Amino acid sequence: MPLLDIKNLSVEFTTRAGTFRAVDGIDLTVDEGEVVGIVGESGSGKSVTSLAVMGLLGSNGRVVADRMTFAGNDLLTMPAAQRRKITGKDVAMVFQEPMTSLNPCFTVGFQIMETLRVHEGLSGKALRNRAIALLEQVGIPAPESRLSAFPHQLSGGMSQRVMIAIAIACNPRLLVADEPTTALDVTIQKQILDLLVQLQRERGMALILITHDMGVVAETAQRVVVMYAGQVAETRPVGALFERPRHPYTGALLDALPERALGKRRLPTIPGMVPGIADRPAGCLFSPRCRFADARCRAERPALFDVDDGRARCFYPLPDGHLAAGEAL
Amino acid sequence: MLRFILTRVSLVIPTFLGITFLTFILIRLVPGDPIEVRVGERGIAPERLAAFRHELGLDQPLWQQFLDYVGHVLSGDFGLSLVTHNSVLSEFLTLFPATLELALCAMLFATLIGLPAGILAAVKRGSLFDHGVMGASLTGYSMPIFWWGLLLILFFSVALGWTPVSGRLDLVYYVEPATGFMLIDTLMAGDYDAFRSALSHLILPTIVLGTVPLAVVARMTRSAMLEVLGEDYIRTARAKGLADGRVIGMHALRNALIPVVTVIGLQVGTLLGGAILTETIFSWPGVGKWLIESINRRDYPALQGGVLLIATSVILVNLLVDVLYGVLNPRIRHAR
Repeated sequence: MPLLDIKNLSVEFTTRAGTFRAVDGIDLTVDEGEVVGIVGESGSGKSVTSLAVMGLLGSNGRVVADRMTFAGNDLLTMPAAQRRKITGKDVAMVFQEPMTSLNPCFTVGFQIMETLRVHEGLSGKALRNRAIALLEQVGIPAPESRLSAFPHQLSGGMSQRVMIAIAIACNPRLLVADEPTTALDVTIQKQILDLLVQLQRERGMALILITHDMGVVAETAQRVVVMYAGQVAETRPVGALFERPRHPYTGALLDALPERALGKRRLPTIPGMVPGIADRPAGCLFSPRCRFADARCRAERPALFDVDDGRARCFYPLPDGHLAAGEAL
Repeated sequence: MLRFILTRVSLVIPTFLGITFLTFILIRLVPGDPIEVRVGERGIAPERLAAFRHELGLDQPLWQQFLDYVGHVLSGDFGLSLVTHNSVLSEFLTLFPATLELALCAMLFATLIGLPAGILAAVKRGSLFDHGVMGASLTGYSMPIFWWGLLLILFFSVALGWTPVSGRLDLVYYVEPATGFMLIDTLMAGDYDAFRSALSHLILPTIVLGTVPLAVVARMTRSAMLEVLGEDYIRTARAKGLADGRVIGMHALRNALIPVVTVIGLQVGTLLGGAILTETIFSWPGVGKWLIESINRRDYPALQGGVLLIATSVILVNLLVDVLYGVLNPRIRHAR
């Protein structure tokens, strides 16, 4: 049984312009100790999916699914009070903006210890020692003196380390990291990513790594879910996906990696944008931007078809995994 | 911290000079000087008028009078009231506790109701409660104090007879002033009937004086809470699995309090201004009523001293708010 099992999850937001489906019938499973990468452009529904898993969507986000279980517990019917016992303890999350994700009015120590106090009932010296140990584990120098520091005294990288310390405080079985390095300097990005992977290995926890950086996924994930406009476009093991992408969107994303475009004068890009609330095409959602789209693609929505060792949402999966030589979308 | 306070205090000196100058000029722009007012329609022989004026120093050129006054104030001498011949400072200090008691009660009233109302309105944004609170606070803010006071007196004191019309304490009671706060003095004397009387006298003035601050506090709390509730760290708090009460009452409120405390501090000025009207309506024996009487009698030293001393207390409160702001907001505290 997978640790996290989601079947046909949709998230709808009610806006003045009408109902907007940010996530549209996605399936997602994560096994114990597995690292799953979710990639996609801005607006593809990655973050909304993770917030739905955490139960952090506001009251105007409506979550519908055929199944959404964590360790066998049904998250859909679980009462809020019971869900809070899991949230922050067994499932924890690291966010994109470390500088604004910590409460500016409370010390680092307080914010770490709060989680331990609420979920594990620790207090006094034991609590303090656990907090120091956690700061040490996430690579913060002089952890003892950092306990009394306020968030504004920390750099972005340090803040993200503290956020990670809070997230792993109660030894979660699943850690959701939503673009944890996007807001950081390039040099710090690598450190934070290495830290996440190291902690994941040491603790054997499952990790959902949400990113728009294919390179990050290649280095860390075992399985990749490529999302496009709220749907899963392709889901495959990481090696196979990079070697032989089957969905034209995945292929285009990979071609847009600078390291794959060596010798080319221009970096290939994908024209256009993810369709918004008002301009969803009738057929395949990627068809307006897809070079291979034909009449069928524009008229009919493809389902997720089985391909090789995964699935892809395309009528005409790329045969050899590459777009025609020298061409870009 | 000490350096910060000293810097702030030194910045206050020009403010004091400005206030002294303004009151000095304004009261002299009002037709009639203290002697003319006292003489009234009976008239007075020109030589006697000149003699009285000389006695009070009113025959000196204005700049000379001003410099004399500032010189005296700097040495702590606020002069004598022209009417009672008591020291202005001691008159002020006798009356000020009454004003302070009323102002504190009004602020307490405004905060105790405004803060929870604002928080609840923000949490239940767009609900009937939210619209109700915002509508009521707009009405409260727009209401003229004297009209609101008369309305309440007519309804609660005259029609229903629930509360006394005016004053601070029923005449049948006498309580030896110790602190000057009637509520505390009556309790210290162990006279509970007098305490009840003092309390019932306080209710209407408190509501009247507290209405505008209440409206301001409720609106400010709501908007500060709304802003804070959308912050990333609130999402973090929820992601920790904290209960709603803790997320709102601690993580959100602590941040929202920063602007709210500033506004409460700024309201103190409004409050002391409002006290002048409120005290006049309710015949509350405080400095507000005393100042109005001083204007009518052209009691220059009393008026100038009173305004200056009230300004001092407003400035002191603002200083206190600044210090408190640093306590609430670690980013400020460490920037010093």
